[in-house]
Amino acid sequence: MSKVALITGASRGIGRAIALEFAKQGAQVVINYAGHLEKAEETAHLVQAAGGESYLVQADVSRPEECTKLVQTAIEKFGKLDIFVHNAGITRDNLLLRMKDKDWQEVLDTNLSSAFYLAKEVARPMMKARSGRIISIVSVAGISGNAGQINYAASKAGLIGFTKSLARELAPRNITVNAVAPGLIETDMTHVLGQATLEKLSASIPLGRAGKPEDVAGVVAFLASEAAAYMTGQVLHVDGGMVM
Amino acid sequence: MSDVFERVKTIIVDRLSVDGAKVTPEATFKEDLGADSLDVVELIMELEDEFDMEISDEDAEKITTVGDVVNYISSHQ
Repeated sequence: MSKVALITGASRGIGRAIALEFAKQGAQVVINYAGHLEKAEETAHLVQAAGGESYLVQADVSRPEECTKLVQTAIEKFGKLDIFVHNAGITRDNLLLRMKDKDWQEVLDTNLSSAFYLAKEVARPMMKARSGRIISIVSVAGISGNAGQINYAASKAGLIGFTKSLARELAPRNITVNAVAPGLIETDMTHVLGQATLEKLSASIPLGRAGKPEDVAGVVAFLASEAAAYMTGQVLHVDGGMVM
Repeated sequence: MSDVFERVKTIIVDRLSVDGAKVTPEATFKEDLGADSLDVVELIMELEDEFDMEISDEDAEKITTVGDVVNYISSHQ
C-alpha cells in the first residue's frame, strides 16, 4: 500500500521538491500552502506529471484551528497519514534593535508553534498505527546562529529541541522524529539576499556551491524511507559542509 | 455500568497486556497495571473511539483508576 505524506509549505522551494520526490517514490501527497495557490497548483501538476497523486489544502499553520483542519482534511482524503514533513517557514530578517515585535512573533508562530499544533494532530493517528515519520526542516542558522536572523534562528533551534524531545516521547510507538538542516539553498527565500551576497556565501561553502531544493528533498525522502527506520532524534545537515 | 466496565476491561487487557483479574475498579493504571503516561494517553484515545465520545485533557488528567474511567464514561454517555 502506498504511503501518505503531508508536507507543509509545499507550494514552492524545498517543500515542492519534497512533494515531487515523494510522488516519484509512489506516495500520495497532501500539499499544504498558505497563500500561493497558483504555485501550489504548479506543484500539484508536477506531482501529477511524475505519476503521483496529490491533494491541495490551504491552511495558515500559525493558527491552531487551521492546523487541526489541515490534518483532518488530509486523513479524510487519503484515509491515513504515514509521513509528516514540517517544512513551512518564513523569514522576517532584521537586526535585534530594528526588529519589530510583530516580526519576532510571526516567525515564531509560523515556524515553531505550528510544529506543536500539527504534531498534536498527526501523533494521534500515528500512535494508533504504531508507525509514523515526522521530519522537520530546520536550518543551519538554528545551529550556528546568523546575524539578522534572531527570530528565524530561534525558531529553528527551537524546532531542534522539539524534534529531540518528541523523538523520545514517540519512540515507544515506533514513530521516528528527525530534522534536516539545510544550509544555503536556491529558493525564493534566499533569492532575496541578492546575487552578490549569494556568491560570497557560496564561496565559503566547502562544496563550492549553493544547494538545490532537490538536495534537501533526497535526504528527507531517506528519513521517510525504511532505510532510516533505526534513526530518531537526529539533525542531518544538508549544507555542502557549511557547518561541521 | 457493568457493561461499560466489561468493555473498558477488554480494551485495558488488550492494550496493556495485563491479566484480566487485575483489572478491578480500584486498580490504578500506573501502579497496579504498570501503564506509563503515554499508555494512559493512548488508552484514553482508544476509549474515546470505543464509546464515541471526547474526554477533555482536563478530565483525562484526573483519571487514575479503572473506576474513574468507568464512572466518567457512564455519566457522560
